[in-house]
Amino acid sequence: MLHIDHVTKKFGDHTAVDQLSLEINKGELFGFLGANGAGKTTTFRMILGLIDSTKGSVTWNNDKIGYHNSQKIGYLPEERGLYPKMRVKEQIVYLARLRGMDKKEAEKELKAWLVRFKVPDYENKKVEELSKGNQQKIQFIASVIHKPELLILDEPFSGLDPVNVELLKEAVTDLKNSGTTIVFSSHRMEHVEELCESLCIIHHGKPIVKGRLLEIKRAFGKKNLVIKSEMDLSELKDFPGVVKLKTVIGGVILQIENEDVSQNILQSIQGRGFIRQFSLEEPSLNDIFIEKAGASFE
Amino acid sequence: MNRFGLILAKSYIGKIKSRSFIITTALFALAIIIGTNFQSIADIFSSDRNGGEGRWEVVVYEEEPQIASLIADQTAIINSSIAVSTQEKNQSVLEDELEAGEFDALLIVDMAESGKIKAEYISESLTANSYSNDLQAALQTIQSNIAANRLGLSADELATLNLPVSFAESAYVDSARSAAELDQARGLVYILIFVIYMSVLIYSMMIATEVANEKSSRVMEILISSVSPIQQIFAKIAGIGLVGLTQLTIWAGIGIASVYLSEDSFEGGIYSLFDFSSGSIVTIVFAVIFYILGYFLFASLAAFLGSLVSRTEDLQQVLLPVNLLVVGGALLAFYGLAEPETALITITSYIPFFSPLVMFTRVGMLDISIWEPVIAIVLMLITILLLGWFGAKVYRGGVLMYGNSSSIKDLKKALQLSKREKTS
Repeated sequence: MLHIDHVTKKFGDHTAVDQLSLEINKGELFGFLGANGAGKTTTFRMILGLIDSTKGSVTWNNDKIGYHNSQKIGYLPEERGLYPKMRVKEQIVYLARLRGMDKKEAEKELKAWLVRFKVPDYENKKVEELSKGNQQKIQFIASVIHKPELLILDEPFSGLDPVNVELLKEAVTDLKNSGTTIVFSSHRMEHVEELCESLCIIHHGKPIVKGRLLEIKRAFGKKNLVIKSEMDLSELKDFPGVVKLKTVIGGVILQIENEDVSQNILQSIQGRGFIRQFSLEEPSLNDIFIEKAGASFE
Repeated sequence: MNRFGLILAKSYIGKIKSRSFIITTALFALAIIIGTNFQSIADIFSSDRNGGEGRWEVVVYEEEPQIASLIADQTAIINSSIAVSTQEKNQSVLEDELEAGEFDALLIVDMAESGKIKAEYISESLTANSYSNDLQAALQTIQSNIAANRLGLSADELATLNLPVSFAESAYVDSARSAAELDQARGLVYILIFVIYMSVLIYSMMIATEVANEKSSRVMEILISSVSPIQQIFAKIAGIGLVGLTQLTIWAGIGIASVYLSEDSFEGGIYSLFDFSSGSIVTIVFAVIFYILGYFLFASLAAFLGSLVSRTEDLQQVLLPVNLLVVGGALLAFYGLAEPETALITITSYIPFFSPLVMFTRVGMLDISIWEPVIAIVLMLITILLLGWFGAKVYRGGVLMYGNSSSIKDLKKALQLSKREKTS
């Protein structure tokens, strides 16, 4: 279990991370959300022991993370980087061995991963010859090849095309299913919603939402109601229980206080015209974020 | 293999296989081979001049021949590679023939009533002036002989007149070096200073470049999360140090083999400086010690300075202090070669950054007691450890820091980033 206990990091007067506490269980896929500069990378660096926290502590299975257990940790830094002039195989095997892996096994694993990522013939190519997306795949392999127990992925999907995002998502899910604890950061809400059971949203270094995804949504209470109709629905703005109204093409999206409100609305507009769509939806993480942070996310 | 070994092997093999290493090693080896066979090579070029014998043909012209024949005999004693002949042609004809290249030089001599010889030496260029010096010496002897004759001195009496003073030097300290030994030591020390100076400059630059490359390619963040900075620094330094030793071993091997196989004679002249006889073994042992320590000292400095920049283009700027220290040390060492006993040299020989060059100069040139270099070595070891410790701190923060500037401010920032703070 990864235990982050009241961690604070100050750079001079600037507080990058403020009183962050998290518990991430073994085999969990944990999403770490935040805008650029929110403190995600700093938190990861503290988890890895690259920088020390000003206050608080981070432990993995009751042990500090450091060079003595680095073979159990995998890390994909946000800033991607490999030796540009080295061949993929040399490079990955070198990095795997630095994490305590056996040479033969590293070679075998690399082959399997390259096949999985549909680039089996890249073994002897120099990294600088690869496209950026493919370099990212190689980098991803470098962070998971030694079968870490704890995997930290800093923005793993940024800069990838949709096909490769799917490939990587699948790989991440498989790793999770095989028992790897994964913490990944993203500024894309939908990736987190899709993959994670638990998450934390960090804003200006402070955690503003954290917990299990379903519970967060349930606790939020408010729902979204989508109505597509020819009728003029703008008057619903003042309907009791409606928090917000947003006009979209062919209809409106309402934020309502609870499910019951939707039934009242349905009764009041029934028979007044043709309704193409009337659906009750879970609030998106983005809605929750805007509500909590009082600001738009992106 | 452990992580230290892995990083060491990677830096070593990566550099050994690199094109620049192979080229510089080969070029320098070629220079050594040429240097040790210089006489043979020079002979190839000089022998085909004027039909082969390689002698310097000088024609003597004297309006009324009196001493022309003497010149040939006298010159033959002094320098057998000068062929002196007389020709009964007039001066302008001879000058034309000289310009046509039929012989190498024309010597116009004339003896006055008083016995004073006037001579003019004409040649295409005056670069081969050892020949004209020899001719001048021959003429001097002839003039003295004629003067002695007139005064009625016998050959023996003349010899007594010209007898050189017997002048021997010795120092009253038993172990002090004789002048000849000093010259020898100077040559050896000169070479070793040069080797230390070049290696420290080249290899510390290599290390800094490698660190900066790892940083600019951003692979550093992966490395730093796998292996501790201090292990990385010292593994890299050791790896590149081995590259240096490999290179030097190759060169030394080629040099020794080349000297051994060469047909040149290495006696006299400049070669007496490089006589590796007694006494110089100690000098070489100290050279190796100071080479290794000097390398570690400057390499650890370069490694952490390299960690401060994010682009290799900025390297020169941060490495400036390193270069200044090395150049300063070299200047002091060269001064020390001439004046090894001055206070300046004595004092600076204990300053760790100058020690490798300056203390080594003193060890090579003077007979100082053993504790002096030992103190310098201990001081250097302490400095290396301090630099390694401090460097690892800076490195740890520095490699996570990306920015444009490279200054003292960055150093502070890097230290701040790596600061260990008490958990409360």
